[in-house]
Amino acid sequence: MNTLGFELTVALRFLREGRMQTALIIGGAAIGVSVIFFITAVLTGVQGDLIKRVTGAQAHIVIKPPEEIVAPLVAGDADGSRLASIQARPQRLTTIDGWPALARATEATEGVIAVAPVATGSGLGIKGEASRSVVIVGTELERYLRVVRLDDKVKSGVLLLETGDALIGIELAKDLGAVLGDRFRVQSALGGSEVFRIRALLDLGSRELNRRYVYTDLRAAQSLLGIPGRITNLDVAVRDIMRADIVSAQLRGQSGQLIESWIQTNNQVFAAIKNQDIMTLLIRFFITVVVSLGIASVLVVSVVQKRKEIGILRAVGATRRQMLGVFLLQGVIVGVGGALLGSVLGLMLVSLFSRILRNAEGQALFSLSFDFRLIAYVVVGAAVLGLLAAVLPARNAARLDPAQAIRG
Amino acid sequence: MSAAEPLVAIRDLHKTYNKGLPNAEEVLHGIDLVIHPGEFTALIGPSGSGKSTLLNILGLLESASGGSYRLGGRDVTAFADDERTLARHQVLGFIFQFHHLLPAFTALENVMLPGLMGRSRGVLQSDLRERAMELLDAVGLREACDKKPTELSGGMQQRVAIARALVRNPQLVLADEPTGNLDTHSSDSIFALLRQFNRERGTGLLIVTHDPRLAARCDRIIELVDGQIASDRTNTPAV
Repeated sequence: MNTLGFELTVALRFLREGRMQTALIIGGAAIGVSVIFFITAVLTGVQGDLIKRVTGAQAHIVIKPPEEIVAPLVAGDADGSRLASIQARPQRLTTIDGWPALARATEATEGVIAVAPVATGSGLGIKGEASRSVVIVGTELERYLRVVRLDDKVKSGVLLLETGDALIGIELAKDLGAVLGDRFRVQSALGGSEVFRIRALLDLGSRELNRRYVYTDLRAAQSLLGIPGRITNLDVAVRDIMRADIVSAQLRGQSGQLIESWIQTNNQVFAAIKNQDIMTLLIRFFITVVVSLGIASVLVVSVVQKRKEIGILRAVGATRRQMLGVFLLQGVIVGVGGALLGSVLGLMLVSLFSRILRNAEGQALFSLSFDFRLIAYVVVGAAVLGLLAAVLPARNAARLDPAQAIRG
Repeated sequence: MSAAEPLVAIRDLHKTYNKGLPNAEEVLHGIDLVIHPGEFTALIGPSGSGKSTLLNILGLLESASGGSYRLGGRDVTAFADDERTLARHQVLGFIFQFHHLLPAFTALENVMLPGLMGRSRGVLQSDLRERAMELLDAVGLREACDKKPTELSGGMQQRVAIARALVRNPQLVLADEPTGNLDTHSSDSIFALLRQFNRERGTGLLIVTHDPRLAARCDRIIELVDGQIASDRTNTPAV
């Protein structure tokens, strides 16, 4: 006999002796764990895809200047009559004052990973006879690419914005009858006008965006829009997209600007994702409960089957505490065994279905970038769960009266 | 324990099952019993006379409902479960009627079991193994040490159980019909083994038996009838 210690030795022998039961319960736990793995992978993939689709060419958080409001002018003394109606005024193109300082402060905020200045406004794209209404987005490309990924949206051309360069949506190019390398004119509402060369065609994920977006360098957009040296918004990327709300709340507190997160602008999508999360949490919870009950019930039966053996062990000197340990350890072993086997099974399921489940573009919905931390969590969790599941049966074993158990 | 002190001393021992319930039943009515170290005693009596209950109480597997019990010089009457387990472990060995080996362990491992409990960590594994092998040798099963109980005959299993009872050098071995389910031949050789251990190592034995032939070979015969000691006499075994 080895030096594993009395409790572990007996626990392992008991499990080996009840071969069929042990195999069944480890198998059950493994299937439960693999399903948890699988739905986690699918959900992560589906949500990632959805979020990418929704946020697309959108920043996680956009900082804008506050809307101009009309403050009522109060005349006369306090108890005099007041003007009852306030007329909203049309919004001009407003800009953020002192944006470099704001950008630095924003960048230093917890959870923010990148900030890019943007000057945006509406204009007209003109090529020959064709003219289309466009959205001018002027930015510093290098900074902007850290906020919004454009590299995976390039259909043709290169991502480069030097003076006189533009990146435009594929639909807009079609509407204007332009191809890569062509020049076209952009005219702003103020009357400013400039000629750009098309450096890249972008698929921004939605027809509306593809039809309207023109990316230019910041300076060109500023002069077109008549706001030299100023910007209309700061685009912000956060580390955890699902926590964009928290970051935006913090930003709101530290600046007087208007802050909008993607969660606010896409409330329904966010709500749907949250509901999915709750659903899968419930599924995971119930799988966990079922697996724990399975482990507990097998151990309860095992205690009944092993009454005599427990009695003998007690008679030859095993304490109640030692019998408790023997059965608690069986729970832990079954839990950990199930989790390890389930991780392998889950890995296989994910790799199988990553070939079958695809998104609209035919790309795999989830990658095989398996999170090994998740395996560690699951194994530790399963050990704790197995332990808890074994508490009741182990207490039964410990309480068994040896004289009665031996009598049979 | 002083030399004069008996190993077992019980006074006015009572045992009532289901005490306080309508189906309460007193099975032992005031037993007084003294056993000295190294005694080779038979406990006889008809079924239902309370032999097994007395044995379980002596073995600290059950507690008495009344009276006092001193084991190895200590009053164990009011011991809690853990203390009783420890006392059992230190002083006593058990042999049951149906050998009761653990099927998941080999013969050798079964013999080693009592030495593997946490409190005897002082015993080195190798020493324990050696002692277990020596005992298996003494009961004639050195060859069978790696066999599982299911691969052994009834007589062989009971020999393993005897080796297990002795592995911690107990002062008293309690045997509940150790030959009860064996044929005459196996029964004789098991009995001879117990006698041998008693002579060579001074191990005390209290053997519950139905078999008058076996009782006649013990040094002392206690007869229990209806939960009371009907007779307690020394016996000179015929050689």
